[in-house]
Amino acid sequence: MSAALLIDIILWGSVAGVGFIAWQRGPSVLTASLREGTVDFIHIVPRIALGVIGSGYIAAVIPQEVITGWLGPNSGWLGVATAVVAGAATPGGPVVGFSIGAVALKAGGGPPQVLAYVIAWALFAFQRLLLWEIPFMPARFVWFRAAVSIPFPFLAAAIAMAIGKP
Amino acid sequence: MKEPAQASDAAEDEPRPGHARKPVGWSMIMIGVLVGLSAVLVWRRDGLQGVLDILTRDLALFGGILPRVLAGCLLGAFIAEILPHDKVSRSLGPSSGLKGLLIGAAFGAILPGGPFTAYPVASALLAVGADFGATIAMVVSWTLIGYGRAVAWELPIMGTDFTLWRIVISLPLPVLAGALGRFVYVRMYPLKREAESE
Repeated sequence: MSAALLIDIILWGSVAGVGFIAWQRGPSVLTASLREGTVDFIHIVPRIALGVIGSGYIAAVIPQEVITGWLGPNSGWLGVATAVVAGAATPGGPVVGFSIGAVALKAGGGPPQVLAYVIAWALFAFQRLLLWEIPFMPARFVWFRAAVSIPFPFLAAAIAMAIGKP
Repeated sequence: MKEPAQASDAAEDEPRPGHARKPVGWSMIMIGVLVGLSAVLVWRRDGLQGVLDILTRDLALFGGILPRVLAGCLLGAFIAEILPHDKVSRSLGPSSGLKGLLIGAAFGAILPGGPFTAYPVASALLAVGADFGATIAMVVSWTLIGYGRAVAWELPIMGTDFTLWRIVISLPLPVLAGALGRFVYVRMYPLKREAESE
């Protein structure tokens, strides 16, 4: 609650800060960027609406047990690989992703597998790619970035296995 | 009214002319179909009340993040406007080396806000001369090390121990991802350029 407020303050403070710099460059710079930002916002809102309002339905029909069942402690590298696929396939926002991770931990999932799941979800959950990343960024960059990220959940799981944490 | 087609195309389909962005109709349709199917499944399982419950909860969530989306768009637009292009391409461009990747990663880690800030700002960096490698380092760093999501969601849901170790283990990943991106990029695209010139 207070963390969200703090983030809002930092966020709008940053907007005010860069806005002030733009205003110092001249009023036309300020109005031009205000207009561009607003146009971006108007174009993005329908996509965000579909994503945020729709993700509840997608999350509601995917049974969490299906995903957590893949992440057992003795599942080894196959478990890590399925964790990566599960992370990419998890719909919904951070509440869904982290809740599934927490349930998997509580249900006896292996920490390296859960770690791989959380990192894979953070790196390339399909819904975030489609609804957030592609609308804002060139599609070529998004797919390139996702492809380049594929080794890293595995690397993180390997580090976790090596150091025995978390 | 000499060029009606051109004018309306520019207004309807392209978010901004000259901006490196494509219409994304197919991904919207894909998600739309998925959402529609899921809503029907929820309706058959839980009835109209189940559908309405999810709708009201997610509408509230949507209303809550809208101002942040606006803040993110404004932040991206301001940054694109005020960052000196030559300086950005020197410190985050293709020949910026490890330092460029580190700057990108540090920038991603301190960036406030959620996806509504990270992606517009990353897009602005690309537009003003950052290369794929540094931008990948920034996006990956935001998603793995950035404090916004960790503080707001991961700490309360996953617990402190898991979250802190997850972040520690993730520390080297943004720079590695950026380096791998750069490594792959220079090998993919010179080939293409050679093929075109032959």
